[in-house]
Amino acid sequence: MAVPQRNMGPGFWAIRAPISSRRYWLLALVGLLLPLGLWWGVAALELMDKVFMPSPADVARRLVTWATEDELLGDVSISVYRVVAGWALSAVIAVPLGLMIGTWRPVQALLEPLTDFIRYMPAVAFIPLVMLWIGIEESSKIAIIFIGTFFQMVLMVAEDVRRVPAAQVEAAQTLGASRGEIVEQVLLQSAKPALLDTLRITMGWAWTYLVVAELVAANSGLGYSILKAQRFMQTDKIFAGILLIGAIGLVIDQLFRAMHRKSFPWLHFK
Amino acid sequence: MNAKISIRGLTKTFGEGAAAVQALAGIDLDIFDNEFVTFVGASGCGKSTLLRTIGGLEWHDGGELAVSGHSVAGPGADRAMVFQHYSLYPWLSVMDNIKWCRRLKVHTAERTMSDVEAASGRADALLRLMGLAHAGDAYPNQLSGGMQQRVAIARALMPKPEILLMDEPFGALDAQTREVMHDLIRHVHKIEKTTIAFVTHDVEEAIYLGNRVVLMAPRPGRIAQIYDVPLPAQRDQDMKHAPEFLALKKEILARIRETSGMKTDFELLEKLNQPTS
Ligand SMILES: Nc1ncnc2c1ncn2[C@@H]1O[C@H](COP(=O)(O)OP(=O)(O)OP(=O)(O)O)[C@@H](O)[C@H]1O
Ligand SMILES: [Mg+2]
Repeated sequence: MAVPQRNMGPGFWAIRAPISSRRYWLLALVGLLLPLGLWWGVAALELMDKVFMPSPADVARRLVTWATEDELLGDVSISVYRVVAGWALSAVIAVPLGLMIGTWRPVQALLEPLTDFIRYMPAVAFIPLVMLWIGIEESSKIAIIFIGTFFQMVLMVAEDVRRVPAAQVEAAQTLGASRGEIVEQVLLQSAKPALLDTLRITMGWAWTYLVVAELVAANSGLGYSILKAQRFMQTDKIFAGILLIGAIGLVIDQLFRAMHRKSFPWLHFK
Repeated sequence: MNAKISIRGLTKTFGEGAAAVQALAGIDLDIFDNEFVTFVGASGCGKSTLLRTIGGLEWHDGGELAVSGHSVAGPGADRAMVFQHYSLYPWLSVMDNIKWCRRLKVHTAERTMSDVEAASGRADALLRLMGLAHAGDAYPNQLSGGMQQRVAIARALMPKPEILLMDEPFGALDAQTREVMHDLIRHVHKIEKTTIAFVTHDVEEAIYLGNRVVLMAPRPGRIAQIYDVPLPAQRDQDMKHAPEFLALKKEILARIRETSGMKTDFELLEKLNQPTS
């Protein structure tokens, strides 16, 4: 007699099958803790000189002394400020510009090849120019982050707008919408979820330009601290700085994702 | 009687030089007030292009096109269009989609209190007419394809357009849902007195819905023949089995086959099945 089989749901390797949120976070935790464990093991075996390979405990201790005896909070806040300011300045210009490029072909013809051209120029190479033109104040660090993110952002925003289905625009036209109404009520609304993703991704890129930006005559900030630690062979501090940037990035990314779920409910029900 | 839509010697070419495709070549057609005209023809014969040109979404490069006596210069609120899919606004509820035109200046220029009330009454009525009364607060992606098309039709009807242009609106729906939609759209046509131009690749659909069926032929896109449908204004599904219905269907299908230039190459099919030596 055939034994009735219990339906076990999709298997572990079922393609694109959903998983419970408990399992998701469990696996995410494993993914985060596994490298930490490996690192701890490698450090404990003392295969490498402690100077080159600090243990997790060393790094944690360094974080504490950085916070108590040094300016950890100050470094974090000035770096967050620089990244967010550079990124926000990009966004304020890139979103309207990208919207125009994605909406009007003549604007696209005028600006997109130019943007494509500039975006391949290495942001780092602009440092001497930025120092000459803007000086070595706060604004120059923000300018580097701006240069690193702006041109990519424009192109991504334009693409987001171009992806709005033609039928959505044409339905609006045959309902009597004016040009301004279509831009405001259709293109912008329809592209919004994609735009928020673009902002989230470019925020990540802005962080990768932080160390570069703080090459420019900085005397504070996470990137600056990492560079300085290298001069004094403080690998534990380099580790601490890098991990801290990663952690801040993770938090910001999750904030963006939460905002996405809250602002665009129609994309998120099960 | 003056034509609602008057088309004279309309031509339209896509592309330039060697890549140019003549999509429409000398179209002459009058569509009258409260008429229901359907368009059929082989793929690529220019049905969509003709409909989009009437809607003002494409520019013609020759001939004349007038709606209600005025030359067409772009899209307008008098000609609402229903597309095959992807036209609803996914960020708005079903009700807000239907009421979408109320956000536009053209429809709210002189807005009085009673005007607003009448509009929301109409939106409610359309919602119920389309059998969506329970779905007003849902988002479009929570609905089936047939329900989404009903929302699209309700949204197009909301501003009381004089003309409804429909391009294979039921093309993605299953046979049962289509039948329901057919009777619904005939009903709308009767009570709203809308003039309807309807493109389809389904000959049965074209005959069942239309007062006239326009048969188009490709390369270049042109009107091959116009058939008057020998059915009463009040249609029902049984008429699809009437001899005059079947005869017309047979004739149109034969003409499409003749003009499409596509034949099954049986010799080639044989070759597909031969083992490679
Ligand atoms: N935007 C465009 N650019 C270039 N050629 C086009 C464009 N739109 C249509 N065409 C061409 O014009 C001709 C008519 O196309 P159209 O879409 O009007 O045909 P159709 O009758 O609607 O076909 P189908 O039944 O497949 O929808 C085709 O040869 C097509 O390739
Ligand atoms: Mg078509």
